[in-house]
Amino acid sequence: MHIVVCIKQVPETGNVRINPETHTLMREGVAAIINPFDMYAIEEALRLKTKTGGRVTVITMGPPQADAAVREAIAMGADDGVLISDRAFAGSDSWATSYTLSKAVTKFGDVSLVLCGKQAIDGDTAQVGPGIAAHLDIPQITYVRKITEIDEKRIVAERSLEDGVETIESSLPCVLTVTKEINEPRLPSLKGKMAAKKAVIPVWKADDMGCDPKRTGLNGSPTRVSRVFAPAAREGGETFTGDPEETVPRLIEKLKDALLQASR
Amino acid sequence: MSHPIQINNETCVRCGECVPACPYAAIRQDQGAVPAINLDVCTLCGACVDVCPVTAIKIEATSKGAALDSFRDVWVFAEWSGSAFQSVTFELLGKARTLADDLGQKVVAVFFGSGIANQAGPLIAAGADQVLMADHPDLAAFQDERYAQVLLRLCGARKPASILFGATTVGRSLASRVAVPLFAGLTADCTGLAICPQTRHLLQTRPAFGGNIMATIITPEARPQMSTVRPRVMKPLTPDPSRRGEVVMTELTAELLKARARRLSFVAETGSTINLADAEIIVSGGRGMQKPENFAMLEELAGVLGAAVGASRAAVDANWIAYPHQVGQTGKTVCPKIYFAIGISGQIQHLAGMGSSDIIVAVNKDPDAPIFKHASFGIVGDLFQIVPILTREFRKALGK
Ligand SMILES: Cc1cc2nc3c(=O)[nH]c(=O)nc-3n(C[C@H](O)[C@H](O)[C@H](O)COP(=O)(O)OP(=O)(O)OC[C@H]3O[C@@H](n4cnc5c(N)ncnc54)[C@H](O)[C@@H]3O)c2cc1C
Ligand SMILES: Nc1ncnc2c1ncn2[C@@H]1O[C@H](COP(=O)(O)O)[C@@H](O)[C@H]1O
Repeated sequence: MHIVVCIKQVPETGNVRINPETHTLMREGVAAIINPFDMYAIEEALRLKTKTGGRVTVITMGPPQADAAVREAIAMGADDGVLISDRAFAGSDSWATSYTLSKAVTKFGDVSLVLCGKQAIDGDTAQVGPGIAAHLDIPQITYVRKITEIDEKRIVAERSLEDGVETIESSLPCVLTVTKEINEPRLPSLKGKMAAKKAVIPVWKADDMGCDPKRTGLNGSPTRVSRVFAPAAREGGETFTGDPEETVPRLIEKLKDALLQASR
Repeated sequence: MSHPIQINNETCVRCGECVPACPYAAIRQDQGAVPAINLDVCTLCGACVDVCPVTAIKIEATSKGAALDSFRDVWVFAEWSGSAFQSVTFELLGKARTLADDLGQKVVAVFFGSGIANQAGPLIAAGADQVLMADHPDLAAFQDERYAQVLLRLCGARKPASILFGATTVGRSLASRVAVPLFAGLTADCTGLAICPQTRHLLQTRPAFGGNIMATIITPEARPQMSTVRPRVMKPLTPDPSRRGEVVMTELTAELLKARARRLSFVAETGSTINLADAEIIVSGGRGMQKPENFAMLEELAGVLGAAVGASRAAVDANWIAYPHQVGQTGKTVCPKIYFAIGISGQIQHLAGMGSSDIIVAVNKDPDAPIFKHASFGIVGDLFQIVPILTREFRKALGK
């Protein structure tokens, strides 16, 4: 079974800068990590491989330095990885990103399962997984917290909803997006680290995957950022110190109106 | 008059590739003939142009602007649990009402389920002018492919200008699956929506990068404009049972209801894992709670307030409370009226999940804890002393 894991390199939140002209993220000089949710996707792929055999490939679309994310996944135990990188992909929104990743999956030809994180912590859209499924016209199971059964043809998985958990059966190939509950990601082994160092990471460009230039990068992105601004400052900011027997009633006085509204 | 989209009779090889490629099912082909495009249904999305192996299909570039104007109305995807609507549905209808009034257009609720024929009333009372219903046993529970197929069909036939979904598991899973074949722009997790008075585009505002910045997104050249909207941010209208609206049933074919995945079972989650995203008040504990047993204290406070219990990642990682309670970047995003952060330092990743709460109350023994910079009200002191007093005083104040 060939499992493809989509991983995204994201900036550590906290030190984010925005290009004032293009309104896109400036990645230069910002520490980068694998999107935390994608770590669970990698781990799950490795566990499935132990169970069913096969091959785990990670793919990432990003600038040349995203190579490091692929190597990190190989250090964890992925068999191989591809960096999808081309000037033509600059400015991709989730439509163009899922298109491009779906073209990569198609290029492999033999993929049974595509695993994604439930969302990326920089964009927070949770759109790319279902987008890939839509482009490939294959089923999807989002927000997966457990895979209960899998064989060559089908998968059974549990999906977390707001009000409960549903068990879903799907034919393969299929796209899964996973949540944090699904597993605990392993640390890279020494052997893995050596493999990662030696690995040759192919770089696929738009032409290598037969991408339509109208569907990649800015051209393939229906959304445009029209304005970026700082969030409004919070009102209030009153802090009480001293004896709680005295401060708590003062706080409650302040909260009374909101409280009556909220807890009717 | 020349049509904006045309298939060239000379170059067309009649292969039929374009027929299934059309997301709107606007292309028909009689055996061996040049396919015909139904211009009433075609949205000029270009999917057929891309699959045609001999580039026999052409869209006139200039027709795009004109085509945008033919998309009308603000749609809301009504999220139905099988017995009730998610509250976000009414919030979206309230917002859609304002947007549609600005445009002089209609609010349309799309409502899928089984045995729902008599359930449209609340949607109309909450602001809908029209309810597009699909009622079928196969639609009883949300199913990604079926719901997407039915919604795509409706979009093709009726061309909405905008579609709003709740930024819920269901809304997020469905919206993206629909946006792709429509080549529609989709903006996630919006906290602000407005109509630009000049261009009449939908201005979609959302927090990005853990709430560090706000971004306004537009979709200038594609329709529909699609958004998922964060629950509890928009205000529902006061329901008006005297409002009138039209209910339209959708004709369903076996083709539309085909699916390769199916729900085997559903187990409702009850008790303490109450829906954080829906809670009006949340009491959250962090590493300062020290032990799992101490969460009982927060549950008691939450009980008095009718609140849900949340937690920081530090508390979840220590196994003091289960992951579904985690608030933050890698947990849930919440937006209650009041958020209590108890023994939580207020790191950026936690703030990302609760920073847009109406009122934030912090209890922390460290006066320099970053949470105080974001709190509406703070109490500096030992939470083990303060929380019991809070519980007691709230009980008094609420007459419980
Ligand atoms: C990629 C990534 C994703 C993350 N995602 C999340 C997320 O989704 N949610 C999240 O919460 N965090 C997340 N984090 C972790 C985050 O950075 C913080 O580590 C975490 O929020 C800290 O939790 P805390 O405030 O409970 O603990 P601490 O930072 O240790 O703070 C505990 C606070 O309790 C106070 N305190 C202690 N004892 C008492 C007492 N007796 N009375 C009163 N106050 C007391 C202390 O003064 C301190 O301020 C993420 C981190 C990373 C790197
Ligand atoms: N540039 C990318 N390269 C590889 N995978 C990606 C990329 N962007 C998003 N993904 C995958 O899609 C998931 C959801 O991302 P998003 O829709 O941006 O929140 C991530 O967890 C990844 O698995």
